[in-house]
This record gives sequence, C-alpha cells and structure tokens, in this order.
Amino acid sequence: MTYAIEKNGESRSFPDGDAFLNGAVGRDQADIVIYSGVQFTPDSRKAAILIELGAECLGDHINEDNSEHENVLGFARYRNGGDPPSRLIELVRHSKTSESAIAAARDLFAAAGLEVSLCNDQAGRIINRLVVPKYNAALRFLDEGLATQTDMDLTCKLGLGYPDGPIERVVRGGLASYYRVTKDLFDAFGTPAFAPPRRARIAFKKAATCSETAKR
Amino acid sequence: MGAGIALVAARAGFKTISFDMSEGALDKAAKQSVDFLDKSVTRGKLNADKRDAIVAAMSRTTSIDGLRDCDLVIEAVFEDLSIKRDLLGRLDSACAADAIFASNTSTLSITEIASGSKHPERVVGMHFCLPAQLMKLIEMSPGILTSEETFRSAWQWTEACGQMPVKTQDKPGFILNALLVPFNNDAIRAVEAGVAAPADIDRAIKVGLGYKMGPLELLDLIGLDTQIRLCEAFYPITLDPRAATPPLLRRMVAAGLLGRKSGRGFFDYQGNAMFGA
Repeated sequence: MTYAIEKNGESRSFPDGDAFLNGAVGRDQADIVIYSGVQFTPDSRKAAILIELGAECLGDHINEDNSEHENVLGFARYRNGGDPPSRLIELVRHSKTSESAIAAARDLFAAAGLEVSLCNDQAGRIINRLVVPKYNAALRFLDEGLATQTDMDLTCKLGLGYPDGPIERVVRGGLASYYRVTKDLFDAFGTPAFAPPRRARIAFKKAATCSETAKR
Repeated sequence: MGAGIALVAARAGFKTISFDMSEGALDKAAKQSVDFLDKSVTRGKLNADKRDAIVAAMSRTTSIDGLRDCDLVIEAVFEDLSIKRDLLGRLDSACAADAIFASNTSTLSITEIASGSKHPERVVGMHFCLPAQLMKLIEMSPGILTSEETFRSAWQWTEACGQMPVKTQDKPGFILNALLVPFNNDAIRAVEAGVAAPADIDRAIKVGLGYKMGPLELLDLIGLDTQIRLCEAFYPITLDPRAATPPLLRRMVAAGLLGRKSGRGFFDYQGNAMFGA
C-alpha cells in the first residue's frame, strides 16, 4: 500500500523526522493520500483519503452525503500534550465510509507498526473523551486536598498498574496545552466533567501572558 | 479479602487471628492461604521454612472474644455501614482498651463507621487492594476523630508488613475508586453512545495510555453487577453524574451478562477466546 502526504507545517501524528514520512510517494502513484493541515481534495480513485484531525470532527471537513467522500476517513495518532506520539491511531469513520477504505487505512497503519482503533465521528474520539474527565477529577481532588500529587499518582500506578499517574501525566504533557483539550470538549459537551480545572486555566493564562510579553 | 490481609500480616511475622462467625468460611480461607503459600514455594518465591512459619503464625476463631489480645483488628466484612458499625461496637467490648480498629472499606466513610465505636479516635481506614497478598498499595484514611497516634501506629504497621501506604482524606472512594468507578462508567457510556466497539475502546486505552487492561475488560473481571453496587454506593453520596449507573449497565446485568463469571459481558469468554460482545 503506497501513500502520499500533503501537509502544511508539522504533523502532530508524524512530526518531522518520523520514519513514516520517509515512506511517502508522489500523490499520483499513491493508493492513499494523507492530508495534514491542508484542505483535502476528493479522489474516488484512491483506496482511502485520510485527513489528520486535531480537536475538530471529521464532519468539519466533509459532507457525508457526498458520494465522493465515501473513501474519506479522519485520523489522529494519540499524543499526551508534548509527549512523543503513541502507537495508537484513532481512525474516524463517518456514517457512509466504505468498508474498503477502512480496510485500506488499517493495512497502511499496521504496516507502519501502529495499532488502530476505529471510532465514530464524535468529539474527543475515544481517549480524550474518557481520560479528560478523570484527569480533571484528579486535578480537582488535588486542589481539595484529598491527597498529595505523589500519593495520587502512586495509587494509580500501584493500585491500577498504570505506567504513570494522572497528574504527573498531565503536567508532563503540559497543563497549558491540556487546557485547550479540555476546553474544546467542554464546549462540545457542555458537561461539568469537561470544564477546565483551575490549574490548567492558570497555566493557560500564564502561557498566554508570556507569549504576549515575548511579542512586545 | 480477609484471607489475603491475614497473609500480609502473618508473612511479616505478626501473630494473626482470622475471625469469622462461619467455621466453613474460615476453613475455606485457610485452605486458600495454604494453597497460595504452596504455590509460592513451588515457584521459588518462598522457601518451605518460611511457609511453615507463616502458617504457624496464623490461627482462627469463631468467637469475637478470641480477638481480646489483638493490638490491631482489621475488619473486612460486607460493605454495609450498619454491619460495620455493629461490629465495631462489639469489638469495643471484646478488645483491649488500646486496640486499634481498621476498616478495609473501599466506599464507606471511616468517620461514619467509627461512630459505631465508643472510641472513634482508635478507628482508621486501611483499604487494601485485591488481591491483598499481592498488591502493595494501602489507602490510609483518618476519620474526623481519628487520633494522630492511631494513624501513625497503623501506618507504621503497614510499612512493617512491607506494604506501601498512601494517605487520603476520608472521602467517598478515597483515591482509587473515586477515579476508577466514574472512569469505568464513562467507558460504558462511550459504548452506549456508539463512540466505538468495546474492543476498539480497550485497545485505544491500552495502546495509547499503556494500561495493562482496558476499562471494559476490567469491568468484566470485576463483575458488572459489582459495578452497579459501586455506583449505588457512590452516586447517592457524591451526586456526581459520572458515578450514576449507566443504563446499558443495568440492561446487561438484567440480561445476565455479568462479565467473566457468567461467560459474557462486554466480551464473550466462551472457551478460551475473548470476543467483543
């Protein structure tokens, strides 16, 4: 399965230097075309068209009723803030995505040593939808004095076998960037579980202030 | 759970008495303990002399008066506040005036449990993780009236047992269940909302976050009926919508899909294969 990459700027899924970028061929020779930061062009001759997603939904890019979009999928390689990308690809289908396009995308990512979880086109996809409320709760518990950060993280590692604790993970990934993730989900769902926690709001404001100061 | 806690204590060299009103339950727990120790010897993790010493340190009784010489009593009875409070009242009469009473509750308030004793200053939360004989973590929680001396002594005891205590406030679910129960419910709601199939959700969590188990696989292991009980314990005291029982969970339990123990939950366990349900 050959693939082309049309991109503008650095891809979050495949940052500069990622080996996956080296395997790309020209668009005309490719079975699959990947778009990152570029408006996609429908092409029903391709096995699949893949649009890299940020916080937005696939529906922001396509029209499900357009038959030319049946081979179009969204995707994102999961990353915790500024951490390196994981091996997980969240592959996003819409209601009329063809099974053959899904199979082609799966094959492509599997050949690159990545693992695919297929999901429907909903805000937060799988991981952020599930972990953000938990991380927000952990940050709130920390503010409320339930336990120290060390003890909360240790509890999750020892009691649940997690490789890292929720707070150390969010802090490592960057509280300011985490704010954007949880704010986007709060805007989408409107439920308190996604409301940006105090520490993330503060980190975001401080980062914005620093950025403004640097510009002056 | 009590048997695992008894093993932790006896393994550290403490003379350990298991109390249950049922002789049969004590027999069963004793057999499980010996089996566990024998396996540890077979696997080379324990030598035979040490096993014999642990077994010799363990005894049992069906009479609460048999606990009168204990310095520390850890209760691991059913998660029912009235039962735990009643037990503490009886321990007041049976035990020495300086005995410490610890509760292994995972959901109930230590302060409320302690109100069953005339000496709430001697009551402390000591939540072990399953299986207690393998898991190092203990969530230690002082109730409102727990004395510093009691908490310090109980903490030191867990360390003497080679465990790793963490301190939490006396709040519903402490740390572990306060984070885990709503998270697992969120995973159930994601299935119900059609976000993805159970296998895709679990794969995402395992590959993306490095968890050893996905939330739905874990729920199948815990038991879906147990998750309902946890929700019913948490939601009324927290009023957190994430802790409320998801409708899909109720439907699955009504259909007899309880997880591994019934052969099917979010996944199918017929034979050795595991398939998305």
